[in-house]
Amino acid sequence: MDVLMLSRLQFAAATMFHFLFVPLTLGISVLIACMETAYVRTGKDVYKRMARFWGKLFLINFTLGVVTGITLEFQFGTNWSRYSAYVGDIFGSLLAIEATAAFFLESTFIGVWHFGWDKLSPRAHALSAWLVAGASNLSAVWILIANGFMQNPMGYELRNGRAELTDFVAIITNPWAWNQFVHVVSASFCVATFFIMGISAWHLLRRQNEEFFQKSFRLALYVGLASTAIVVAQGHIHGNLVAKLQPAKLAAMESHWETRKSAPMYLLQIPDEKGEKNLVQALPVPRLLSILAFSDPDAEVKGLLDFPASDRPPVTITFLAFRLMVGIGMLMPLLMLFGLFKRDALAKYPLYLKAMIWAMPLPYLGMQAGWAVTEVGRQPWIVYGLMRTSDAVSPIAASQAGASLVAMVLLYTLLGAAGAYLMFTFARKGPVDA
Amino acid sequence: MLETIWFLLWGVLWAVYFVLDGFDLGIGTLMPFLAKNEYEKRVMYNAGGPFWDGNEVWLLSAGGVTFAAFPQAYATMFSGLYSALMLLLFALILRGVSFEFRGKVENDTWKSVWDACQVAGSFLPALLLGVAFANLFHGLPLNEAHVNTGGLFDLLNPYGLLGGVLFVAMFCLHGALWLSIRATGELKDRAMATACKLWPAVLVLVLAFLAYSFVHTQLFGNYLKNPPLLLILVAAVAGLLLSRVYLAKGQAWKAWGGSAVFIACVALFGVVGLYPAILISTLNPAWSLTIHNAASSTLTLKIMLGVALVFVPLVIGYQIWSILTFSKPIQSEHDLEY
Ligand code: HDD
Ligand code: HEM
Ligand code: HEM
Repeated sequence: MDVLMLSRLQFAAATMFHFLFVPLTLGISVLIACMETAYVRTGKDVYKRMARFWGKLFLINFTLGVVTGITLEFQFGTNWSRYSAYVGDIFGSLLAIEATAAFFLESTFIGVWHFGWDKLSPRAHALSAWLVAGASNLSAVWILIANGFMQNPMGYELRNGRAELTDFVAIITNPWAWNQFVHVVSASFCVATFFIMGISAWHLLRRQNEEFFQKSFRLALYVGLASTAIVVAQGHIHGNLVAKLQPAKLAAMESHWETRKSAPMYLLQIPDEKGEKNLVQALPVPRLLSILAFSDPDAEVKGLLDFPASDRPPVTITFLAFRLMVGIGMLMPLLMLFGLFKRDALAKYPLYLKAMIWAMPLPYLGMQAGWAVTEVGRQPWIVYGLMRTSDAVSPIAASQAGASLVAMVLLYTLLGAAGAYLMFTFARKGPVDA
Repeated sequence: MLETIWFLLWGVLWAVYFVLDGFDLGIGTLMPFLAKNEYEKRVMYNAGGPFWDGNEVWLLSAGGVTFAAFPQAYATMFSGLYSALMLLLFALILRGVSFEFRGKVENDTWKSVWDACQVAGSFLPALLLGVAFANLFHGLPLNEAHVNTGGLFDLLNPYGLLGGVLFVAMFCLHGALWLSIRATGELKDRAMATACKLWPAVLVLVLAFLAYSFVHTQLFGNYLKNPPLLLILVAAVAGLLLSRVYLAKGQAWKAWGGSAVFIACVALFGVVGLYPAILISTLNPAWSLTIHNAASSTLTLKIMLGVALVFVPLVIGYQIWSILTFSKPIQSEHDLEY
């Protein structure tokens, strides 16, 4: 394999692993801050115990999020040095702002929060929880503005052989970035709420700490319902933006080969990338694709065949990942609506509680699939329309990239296993010492 | 002008990083020599526990600022030092995880695995940072396209290795002094005795490093042109001497402060000596990366300066608050989190 392929694999492995931990942090940090605030307001001990129990799981997750993030910060230099030199004027400053404005706050106050249970007043401790939650979500803003620039570059001019910043306001108000922010944060709340509901369901099935886990389940249920509603509704708007600005990605998401007006959406479809067609194409819903893409039943949707082959993203991965994400987006609200109607008698529905345990991985899968759509669908561009991924890679030896890829995958697998083991152990233990 | 300000800020960020992460890397490196039992080990984990993540963000910021202010230098530095940087990152990953994971399972094998990660993950970064910076002070074989033509083993030349050993020794001294602040009883006595033993070694190493730099690198050029700059070296030496004086008096905080000044000034000495180059090419001076050919556009530098002026003082403020709040001596099990 060449340096390009190895570097792409390494980047994909590093970000996707990082993104196993990020969404739980984004969501659960806010929920924990809410629990602590409830404790300060009402003085009820159960809220403090909730914050401590979920907080323990959060800390394990947070540590893995932090250490995997550190690699990412330097990967642009190690593996994508040509990219770094070409757009560093813009992209580098966004990463640096993320570190100074968000990471310092988050990492300092996670220490304060962790070590401050007995040293700070409950009020000050709750404040530190809010600072961690706020800073984590602020870091998402800045990294997504950076990613938004790669998806929909603006506010620059080509000068001195590179992209130079001309309009900072345009960059930080990039509609693409803000769509991603809303989508990612609401999806992260889905991850966090399914996490809480799943673990609560496990304990409710065993009738342990019932008050504690009923309260947790309910809080997660309400927040989770609101979040899925946002993910799905806003996902549609997000799709409109893709249709307008990255038509090749949209066509790949739908495996849509021939340009046509009033395009239908096929419920069953199997792409054949080599043959440049679909092997199977059945169960059409008339005009749905035109409606979804442009909110207009007669709109023309450009097909993949109208793009030169060198400008098309990998179709199968993009298509499957999109279907998976949307499927999960349909399933999650159904699961939660049942819980909403039976919220006072959950213990009578053991099958439902079991299903909620098994549903925990769903939003995680949705997140990974979503990023695959966004990033694979953007290929062959690293910065859409401006720089190709193949021009971005560092002039390093393939042996270096290969060795680091193997080492990273090994290391991450071991860490992931150890982390999962710890989470599992402490989740099962329940709120014993808290 | 803007470029010069950013060059100095860049140096300051690295200096603050060495001062802050230096003490927790030092504590991790010293663990097998200082901790005699499980309780003492835990004290050593907790001594830097509330701070290690916040300290490490200075590394991220130093990296981020290299990217933002001197993108070409970021590209060359981190792709050129690929293998060394990957080793550094893997070491930091294992170390970070060891804090959180070690105490979570009551099993001796589990604990000793994470102890090994903590020790190796503290020692290696100290060594690698020293090796890397000594090589930056000397220069790398950059070709016309600013690509480093040397490999990992070219970094391990005598000057680079001396830099590495110096960093390990500096950080160990710094860590022993921090442990004297936070430990009590026998562990505190042992930490202070270790600091006393490390001190002459650091002194010899830093003098050797300066002498070697004088004959082997161009670092002194700027100082000979501008003698007042030598104050940086005077401050470094003063810091080191003061740390010994206060150590003898048993004033751990002041001794640590002296060591902090020492480390910061050693780093700044090298950075100021480089100016205006960031990465020197040993093949041809014209192929070096300097603040003139590696800097970002004026607009980016201005915006980033605004960001830095607002946030860096704020960060320093709340980090000082956190250090003051969480650095009381550890008296008993009750004060331990890890
Ligand atoms: C939508 C959110 C999001 C996205 C897309 C990314 N991250 Fe991340 N990152 C976070 C959200 C986040 C976080 C929630 O703020 C983390 C996760 C867990 C944590 O501790 O903080 C974090 C931690 C984290 C850290 C450690 C900070 C510390 O020491 O406290 C670094 C250096 C990065 N990230 C860097 C990156 C880079 C270079 C990315 C791009 C490829 C990236 N992250 C994608
Ligand atoms: C954390 C969530 C993210 C995930 C899961 C993710 C996933 C991926 C995947 C799967 C690839 C490989 C695509 C391919 O090779 O076909 C990739 C590539 C890449 N992504 Fe992302 N990405 C994430 C966030 C980001 C962000 C926030 C940025 C920029 C700030 C970014 C920048 C890149 C770059 C530079 C590449 C390498 C070039 C390439 O192979 O396309 N990614 N990412
Ligand atoms: C039916 C509902 C959904 C629709 C219509 C939808 C739509 C989209 C679209 C169009 C993109 C690609 C945007 C781009 O290229 O930048 C995307 C990305 C993404 N989706 Fe979804 N989505 C849905 C549900 C979900 C769910 C349930 C999750 C996870 C729990 C999720 C997580 C993500 C993530 C993490 C990304 C990548 C980040 C981004 O580009 O915003 N989505 N989604």
